[in-house]
Amino acid sequence: MTLLELQRRMMKAVMQPLTSSDRIAPKTEDGRPMKIEAAEFITPNSRLTSLERLEIYSRSYWYRALDSLYDDFPGVRAVLGPQAFQRLSRAYLAECPSRSFTLRNLGERLAGWLQRNPRYAGRRHALALDMVRLEWAHIEAFDSAAEKALGPEDLIELGPDLRAGLQPYIRLLEFEYPVDKLLIQVNRASEEHEEASNAVLKQKHDGLTRRAIHLKRERTHLAVHRMDFTVYYRRIAAEEFRILNALREGQPVGHAIQYGFENSTASLDEQQRLLETWFAAWAELGWLCPPARVKKARVTT
Amino acid sequence: MPANRFNGFTDYGIGIGLRIPHYAHIFEKKPGVDWFEIISENYMVDGGRPLATLDQILERYRVVQHGVSTYFGSAEPLNREHLRRLKALVKRTKTPWLTDHLCWGSVDGTYSHDLLPMPYTFEAAEITARKVREARDFLEVPIAVENVSSYAEFHMSEMTEWEFLNEVVERADCGILLDVNNIYVSSRNHDFDPYDYLNSIPAERVAQIHIAGHSKFQKYILDTHDHPVIDPVWKLYEHAIRRIGPTATLLEWDDSIPSFDEVHAEALKAEKYIQAPATAGL
Repeated sequence: MTLLELQRRMMKAVMQPLTSSDRIAPKTEDGRPMKIEAAEFITPNSRLTSLERLEIYSRSYWYRALDSLYDDFPGVRAVLGPQAFQRLSRAYLAECPSRSFTLRNLGERLAGWLQRNPRYAGRRHALALDMVRLEWAHIEAFDSAAEKALGPEDLIELGPDLRAGLQPYIRLLEFEYPVDKLLIQVNRASEEHEEASNAVLKQKHDGLTRRAIHLKRERTHLAVHRMDFTVYYRRIAAEEFRILNALREGQPVGHAIQYGFENSTASLDEQQRLLETWFAAWAELGWLCPPARVKKARVTT
Repeated sequence: MPANRFNGFTDYGIGIGLRIPHYAHIFEKKPGVDWFEIISENYMVDGGRPLATLDQILERYRVVQHGVSTYFGSAEPLNREHLRRLKALVKRTKTPWLTDHLCWGSVDGTYSHDLLPMPYTFEAAEITARKVREARDFLEVPIAVENVSSYAEFHMSEMTEWEFLNEVVERADCGILLDVNNIYVSSRNHDFDPYDYLNSIPAERVAQIHIAGHSKFQKYILDTHDHPVIDPVWKLYEHAIRRIGPTATLLEWDDSIPSFDEVHAEALKAEKYIQAPATAGL
């Protein structure tokens, strides 16, 4: 057996989903008894069989990956409840194991996967999907790059034909539910629980899950951004959302504004007033930066 | 012989792992610590708080990078994106040497995020050594590989673990991060004499030493880094220092992390062993 053959066999065995009692899977992916598979490449010792030795690694893999999702998606946990979240996590990892050197990226395919597998969220599918997207955006906003922000003096020079970029760490999202409020409650509850007992923790989490069930649909546009290295969720208007997206795509400021107000009922005066307010806020928050070179080239050709 | 070409000819003393629960204490109290070891992957990001915190640490302290997912022992080629980010971090920290594990953990682009044990074969030694050399040439910093704790061995192995380690470091011409706790854990799990292991190590290649605590189960020992160092491991450490000479030493404590002072005090217990050979020579 070559090194590559051994590693392929062991990896497949280790990543085979654990049983409901967290034991190593009894069968391999192709139906062979795992006991025989393990014995073919792992030696036993006087205390542990080959299968038991393999099980140490299989459990370690699953516990680490499940813990990582548990930590990264507390909002989804609150939406679904702990058992459904556990089922979702195991199914997701079985289909989408890590393809990155860092566990930070473990949840990057969760939104796409959940979209294709709605049964894991049942009636709360749309809400859970919104929450997955928000929590993934939070992870990205936390440690993505920041460019030098355009200052007020730069913005004065910003004519309709010029371009401005959006900070790489900002994520613009449109939701069916006001998941930002729910996630803030979840995070606040978790902070409070660091000093509370497990019983109180469970009670509060159950309460949040019940609250999530009754959450009413409310079209929400959000910018997930950061200030002083802390991630914030800022509600933005639909038109503002469209303008920022257009700027990010490399549209000149004039085009972006036109696109933003395309279907707007706001009067021209009102639009002018809104633009002044938004640009002032974006400047204050440091959201605008020089346009990305690649995007600029793409737009001008 | 603390300073050698595998640790950039430095003479670092006793360090501890830089961990988030200690940030506030470090920034407020500015404790005297000879050096910090960072987990490279925690800072291989594009921006935000992780890098800002690291920069703050670098203003005051010396830092050595320790990786967990280069996977020199994986049969697949090195991950270029990983290496690119690692190099950017090396430039930022100016780490005098860089360490990662003698293990594998990825196949065909899928990652286990675990330190999986190597089969001790000549083929594996050659592949691993080649990857260490490639990484060193790209990163332009000395590399030392760490022996891992293991819970399984393979039928296909052709040599002992310590023979395999020697085979890899000779072929790669790289250093060793000698983890004496891992030697102890593996010796209990695989029924070998840990002193046989220690006595076979080429002393001149040891760039750094790790010490840590572990957890004992009924049928095996798990390397959990969540306890103080036990006496048998201190004895191994003492033996290692006698063989190798005073060497940069780091205490790992990654779970159930106690206060900064407690971790630091545990690490500083190594001082009496490090000073002993020098005193003996007076």
